[in-house]
Amino acid sequence: MRTGRTENPLLQIKGLNSWYGQVQILHDVHLQVHPREMVCIIGPNGAGKSTILKNVFGLIAKNQGEILFEGKSIRKMAPEKVVRHGISIVPQGRSVFPSLTVRENLELGAYIRAGSESASIEQDIRKIFDKFPKLKERQHQKAGLLSGGEQQMVAIGRALMIKPKLLLLDEPSLGLSPQMKQVIFEKIVEINRKDGIAVLVVEQNARLSLALSDYAYVLELGHNRLEGDAKRLLKDKRVAKLYLGGA
Amino acid sequence: MSVTAQLIANGIIAGAIYALVALGYTMVYGILKFINFAHGEVLMMGAYFAYTCVNYLGMPIWLALLVAMALSALLGVIIERVAYKPLRYSGRLAPLITAIALSIFLQSMALIIWGSEIRTLRQGSVSKGNEIFGAVITNNQLLIIATTVGVLIILHLFLKYAKLGKAMRAATDNLPLAATIGIEVDKVIGITFAIGSALAALAGVLVGIEQNIEPTMGITLGIKAFTAAVVGGIGNIQGAVLGGFAVGLIENIGIWFIPSGYKDAIAFLVLVIMLIFRPSGILGTKKEEEMGKTESLFG
Ligand SMILES: Nc1ncnc2c1ncn2[C@@H]1O[C@H](COP(=O)(O)OP(=O)(O)OP(=O)(O)O)[C@@H](O)[C@H]1O
Ligand SMILES: [Mg+2]
Repeated sequence: MRTGRTENPLLQIKGLNSWYGQVQILHDVHLQVHPREMVCIIGPNGAGKSTILKNVFGLIAKNQGEILFEGKSIRKMAPEKVVRHGISIVPQGRSVFPSLTVRENLELGAYIRAGSESASIEQDIRKIFDKFPKLKERQHQKAGLLSGGEQQMVAIGRALMIKPKLLLLDEPSLGLSPQMKQVIFEKIVEINRKDGIAVLVVEQNARLSLALSDYAYVLELGHNRLEGDAKRLLKDKRVAKLYLGGA
Repeated sequence: MSVTAQLIANGIIAGAIYALVALGYTMVYGILKFINFAHGEVLMMGAYFAYTCVNYLGMPIWLALLVAMALSALLGVIIERVAYKPLRYSGRLAPLITAIALSIFLQSMALIIWGSEIRTLRQGSVSKGNEIFGAVITNNQLLIIATTVGVLIILHLFLKYAKLGKAMRAATDNLPLAATIGIEVDKVIGITFAIGSALAALAGVLVGIEQNIEPTMGITLGIKAFTAAVVGGIGNIQGAVLGGFAVGLIENIGIWFIPSGYKDAIAFLVLVIMLIFRPSGILGTKKEEEMGKTESLFG
């Protein structure tokens, strides 16, 4: 772990309960992300991983508990307000605006930045193109026509346009080829290590995400099951048995 | 004068009106996935607003048009806030029923305020016709086409280049995702209703200049414009314009083949055929675009 887990957390979730209608999905969940840290949540399908991210982003109607960002409560905040605190989300699935061009997707990523910043917005789009050269070639194409991996690049690029303090990623490698998975994860690590943006990532691919993260939470049926240093969890027998195919 | 040219000209003129109205249906549907069946009544109210401005307040017609568009935009926003917004997450049926109730309410309001007599915004004698490509087109009709084309160009530029226009397109693609990048969903929905309603008022005034104003005028016009939106692919802006002209042309050329008394039925026939054979419309959302939707953002 590069960062001491003793300093003030960027994101702090305590005693979070969350419902869809009458069905309780999360039970007394806790989680912390510290500045510059990369944290992952792993767990089986339906464990409630996506639900945690949606709770952070104000996309859940019924919840209880504490969600603090930089010490301030964001639990009852609408998504368009949450993003203004410096949190970006790349939701599960191909979350681009399909009928808009790649460039328009990136420009809209900077929606909350004032128009007077247009020169620096242009500069940031160029930085995204440096990170994902493929997108520069495709900038005038509709995002919906790109391959899955390219769409994921657009979604991540768009999320970076607000220069977030915290980036939430929901299964960024889902449905991608092994090579594309590799590329996407390399970029995520670069965003975290080089750009210093804290990352909270949900992943099916437990081995890869544990190997790359600083800290990890294992979620099961809406309960915290295990947590700890990610590299240590990678060697944990219980994790191995549950998620790493007994390896 | 050539009959074919005349029918085509009539089709284009009717089509321009349908296109203006169809835009309102399609823009609202694009974002909220809901048909605002009170849209035709906003058109009717717009026509009466202009009528009042001209006949009771002595305004010139162009000023009356602007006032009518502004008032209708406001009416559209109020309708959305009061009637639809509270039902935004209540499924599809509740807002639909509310829309129908609103239509009846607005028609009754118009009947109470302006009475049932037929009114018009026509000024002076019937304007002289110009012969263009063998068709006789009046100055008023030229005005209809010029205004429509002008407005469509402005709308196109707004949607393509303005920050708010881009935000509207993003909200149409994926509303919850748009919220996560900071787009104020309520504001965008309000602006969508305002623009759609102003365009409906414009159409209402143009119809009032060319024909008549009456409390029920929104019904037929509304259904034809709705047909146009479906023909073009509901939710698709270019589709609404294309569908508008398509319906106008089909209906006017159709009366060459069948008795003109069936003219209004042609639009219904087109609607039924379209819904059976190509419900996604001419420019309906393509598969690959649909795939980009975040199926799971709200679970
Ligand atoms: N909109 C919804 N309405 C009702 N139940 C939902 C909704 N979204 C998710 N659920 C349920 O909540 C539970 C947790 O879902 P969630 O999407 O958070 O799981 P997950 O851990 O992200 O799973 P996956 O790995 O499959 O993405 C599941 O049982 C799911 O069926
Ligand atoms: Mg999930």
